[in-house]
Amino acid sequence: MMAGKQGKVTGITGNMITAEYTGDVMMNEVGYVYVGEKKLKSEVIRIRGKHAELQVFEQTKGIGIGDKVEFSSELLAVDLGPGLLGQIFDGLQNPLPELAAKCGFFLERGVYMNPLPEELAFEFTPVAKKGDAVRRADILGTVQEGIFTHRIMVPFGLYETYTVEKIADKKKYSVRDVIAELKDPKGNIIPATMVFSWPVKRPIDAYAERKKPAEPLITKVRIVDTLVPVARGGTYCIPGPFGAGKTVLQQITSRHADVDVVIITACGERAGEVVETLREFPELIDPRTGKSLMERTIIICNTSSMPVAAREASVYTGVTIAEYYRQMGLNVLLLADSTSRWAQAMREMSGRLEEIPGEEAFPAYLESVIASFYERAGIVKLYDGTEGSVTIGGTVSPAGGNFEEPVTQGTLKVVGSFHGLSRERSDARRFPAIHPLDSWSKYKGPVNAGKVAFVRDILFRGNEVNQMMKVVGEEGTSLEDFVLYLKSEFIDAVYLQQNAFDPVDAATGAERQRYVFDVLLMIMVTHFSISANDDARNFINSLRQKFLDWNGAEWKSDKFKKIEHELRAMVYEKAHETKENIDDRLKSLFDDTAVLIQE
Amino acid sequence: MMRKVYSNIDQIVGNVITVKADDVKYGELAEVKSSHGTSLAEVIRLASEEVSLQVFSGGRGISTGDEVRFLGRSMQVSFSENLLGRIFTGGGQPRDNGPALSENMIEIGGPSVNPAKRIIPRNMIRTGIPMIDVFNSLVESQKLPIFSVSGEPYNALLARIAMQAEVDIIILGGCGLKYDDYLYFKDTLEEGGALSRTIFFVHTAADPIVECLQVPDLCLAVAENFGLQGKRVLVLLTDMTNFSDALKEIAITMEQVPSNRGYPGDLYSQLASRYEKAVDFEGAGSVTILAVTTMPGDDVTHPVPDNTGYITEGQFYLRNSRIEPFGSLSRLKQLVNDKTRDDHRALMDGMIKLYAQFKETLEKKAMGFRMSDWDTKLLKYGERFEHDLMDLSVNVPLEEALDIGWEILSDCFDRQETGLRTELLDKFWPAPD
Ligand SMILES: Nc1ncnc2c1ncn2[C@@H]1O[C@H](COP(=O)(O)OP(=O)(O)OP(=O)(O)O)[C@@H](O)[C@H]1O
Ligand SMILES: [Mg+2]
Repeated sequence: MMAGKQGKVTGITGNMITAEYTGDVMMNEVGYVYVGEKKLKSEVIRIRGKHAELQVFEQTKGIGIGDKVEFSSELLAVDLGPGLLGQIFDGLQNPLPELAAKCGFFLERGVYMNPLPEELAFEFTPVAKKGDAVRRADILGTVQEGIFTHRIMVPFGLYETYTVEKIADKKKYSVRDVIAELKDPKGNIIPATMVFSWPVKRPIDAYAERKKPAEPLITKVRIVDTLVPVARGGTYCIPGPFGAGKTVLQQITSRHADVDVVIITACGERAGEVVETLREFPELIDPRTGKSLMERTIIICNTSSMPVAAREASVYTGVTIAEYYRQMGLNVLLLADSTSRWAQAMREMSGRLEEIPGEEAFPAYLESVIASFYERAGIVKLYDGTEGSVTIGGTVSPAGGNFEEPVTQGTLKVVGSFHGLSRERSDARRFPAIHPLDSWSKYKGPVNAGKVAFVRDILFRGNEVNQMMKVVGEEGTSLEDFVLYLKSEFIDAVYLQQNAFDPVDAATGAERQRYVFDVLLMIMVTHFSISANDDARNFINSLRQKFLDWNGAEWKSDKFKKIEHELRAMVYEKAHETKENIDDRLKSLFDDTAVLIQE
Repeated sequence: MMRKVYSNIDQIVGNVITVKADDVKYGELAEVKSSHGTSLAEVIRLASEEVSLQVFSGGRGISTGDEVRFLGRSMQVSFSENLLGRIFTGGGQPRDNGPALSENMIEIGGPSVNPAKRIIPRNMIRTGIPMIDVFNSLVESQKLPIFSVSGEPYNALLARIAMQAEVDIIILGGCGLKYDDYLYFKDTLEEGGALSRTIFFVHTAADPIVECLQVPDLCLAVAENFGLQGKRVLVLLTDMTNFSDALKEIAITMEQVPSNRGYPGDLYSQLASRYEKAVDFEGAGSVTILAVTTMPGDDVTHPVPDNTGYITEGQFYLRNSRIEPFGSLSRLKQLVNDKTRDDHRALMDGMIKLYAQFKETLEKKAMGFRMSDWDTKLLKYGERFEHDLMDLSVNVPLEEALDIGWEILSDCFDRQETGLRTELLDKFWPAPD
């Protein structure tokens, strides 16, 4: 029998079907349910006796008892090869623009298209030579994929040592053409094309060594890089109530982050938000490469009204593609919005399986699944000695905005950096609304830790004064406390808040952050001659205005220098001490201060 | 071919009956004939030959010997211009005295729009309500809930928007609507002459709960099809908390494990699959959704408003008979409010900032702190703002509302106190009379 494993539908509830099968069935293998002319992709999620339970990645309307089920003997997998960059896929790697061209406005179920079609061709440059011994992930050749040299590798699923029998000449080939023949130890010939597949739920482990994330990944969001940095190969999460700015923060990061490839996984959120990205990115120029941002971006898009089971798969599709580009020696950033929707998809499936529910009806294995997902981030040394990394940042959408819930808590246990968004800050339009005191990071950032601690202390104490002032009023607050409060508000206004819509302010590089932070420190340590609350307020306000103008000036431009000069003049004029005093204090407090070298 | 009739109902639990039958498809409709009349029922579970159906009119009064006839199709609704001016139940039956419609039947709850076919929204929908038009513009294809404490005039607000919104077709979906409110909508639209461009699908509080669940799908399927024909459709849903409660009730009878305060774990997906029907079709029309979500106990963290907020593109808070400027947010407004009038954005920001200061002053006043000159000005400003712009009875076009804004500012403040840019002040600051 050709198809080998078949079955018949014996039960349906929601998007889960039960099928009686003959032969052997593998856990998590892909099956297809036939309904009329169509076959609907599904995944085996439980096997009991002669019955397999499958979650269907599509609407199940119209399926009947006795309908045919076919098992593929393959795990849910994605195609990996050149040509993925710039594409927009659904959670199962169907290219959405191609689907639209074929089906029109609506997503038709049961239509699956090749993510890397035959027509796609690249000029192949061989690297391996006939007779070479190669292992999985060794480079057979390269192609130029947009701005990157894309390595054509020995498929990761080939675990032996092979001899290169044939290797294609430098020429243009379809991605599906055979570009090499590999002989295994038993003498079998295995043809290799530029494309191979890999199961999404299995981490790609074709590397020599996993390293500890040490280098900061510059997002160009000041509050992140300075206060709660992210590391290359590290993980972070952004929990926050609705409307607090999770998506906007990820959008900004996807534009400006200092990485090679960005993979955006829109998981169970609004379609409209993805549209903004996919309509705008092709028009935006990536300053690093001078090319369109889309050339370094892949969008995996399984929005909230698309089938729930495919939503569960989408984050894995995203991370598998991320790992693949890591194998090119690239730094990849995976952004998932929102991991709560992914967790909810698991919850729905667990409910249908009638598993014993844990907290808030999430499955008992929620935490370990979250942990193993984030575990797929990392910086690795590849077999050829180069390094590549996958950094994962996920948003969390906690019920009621309360972080004491299973998904947030499960995530906080495993990530290296926590960017908690606060309703208070977003209501006050203080964006990005990351709470500067509650959030934390275990990674090293680009700004000197001692300096950051100093500023954090001002924020902390300023906040205390503010709380107190709410009770006793301004009249009941000492001038010294009041100035402290104004200083903390100043830091917030000119440094922590950042205008996402200003072309310059939207992205602040590491060098500029360090520089500006030193000026900020200088203002913080200066003793001003201030007579009364109003005097203090007016002075800080005018200083704030100047600083904000400075934020809008191009780094190192004449305007930048001019405003800095004016800003300093304002400070020195109001100080009741000399510039030398201020510099000495800075020197005694911090060992390296760029301000000292300046002027 | 006549379909087989089954008359051996094995089980009746809540609204769900189980019958042995073959050749039945998942999601198929059936008619259940009981001594109380005929009701539609939908297949919600298949297990070998056992078919479970959710009966639209409920399980009450169904007998084990009643007839079940499968229709060989899923839930559909007639779609044509003949719908206009008509009123239907949540089961799709006429609620007015008009004929039942059976032409051009379309599926409800159809697939979602391919994200790659969506476009960035760009047209404003004017409502004549300054708190919307000026401060949180409604955008074609937006999905926006009105978060309201029960007792607030949310239906009156919806009716007004229905009357005034510049759209081609209005579809009103009532979920658990009070009969009086239903009559109120009907009368208001009739008097305003808007009935002929309106379609009602109304489930009243007295109707069977399962029909409540159909209402949004009926409305949105019809809306989507008009949208594809190039019409600009506004769908008004009231009250989605009732819809969610119907989901909860049914989930509990189905013995599903609840996730949060009794609501099923898929509440988010259920709501999202409806709200995401809001769309602007490239080269055709659009569907915009405004939906009332009453907040039990005025608690925005309650699962229904909470899940809604995570789905929609902002929200309007209705409190003290006003659309609150704080908390209310149209996330799409920036896509349209730069194309209206030069002063729109700046005035919007400036007036809200001053209003925030007014609120602070009110607090200070309440705590007995001394009022400065500036505080006195703010107090005057706040009152004027609330009376001349925020009050829901104010009904003026956007441009006039902006003019009123300038008048209020010039009555209360000196030019430089407003924090607005000089060039705008030169252009718009009213001349002293
Ligand atoms: N950095 C920012 N600068 C300016 N405005 C912002 C910023 N971040 C968020 N906003 C405002 O807040 C709104 C909501 O932001 P966003 O969509 O990112 O929220 P979210 O946390 O993703 O919400 P949800 O959980 O509902 O998806 C935006 O439409 C915008 O008006
Ligand atoms: Mg979001």
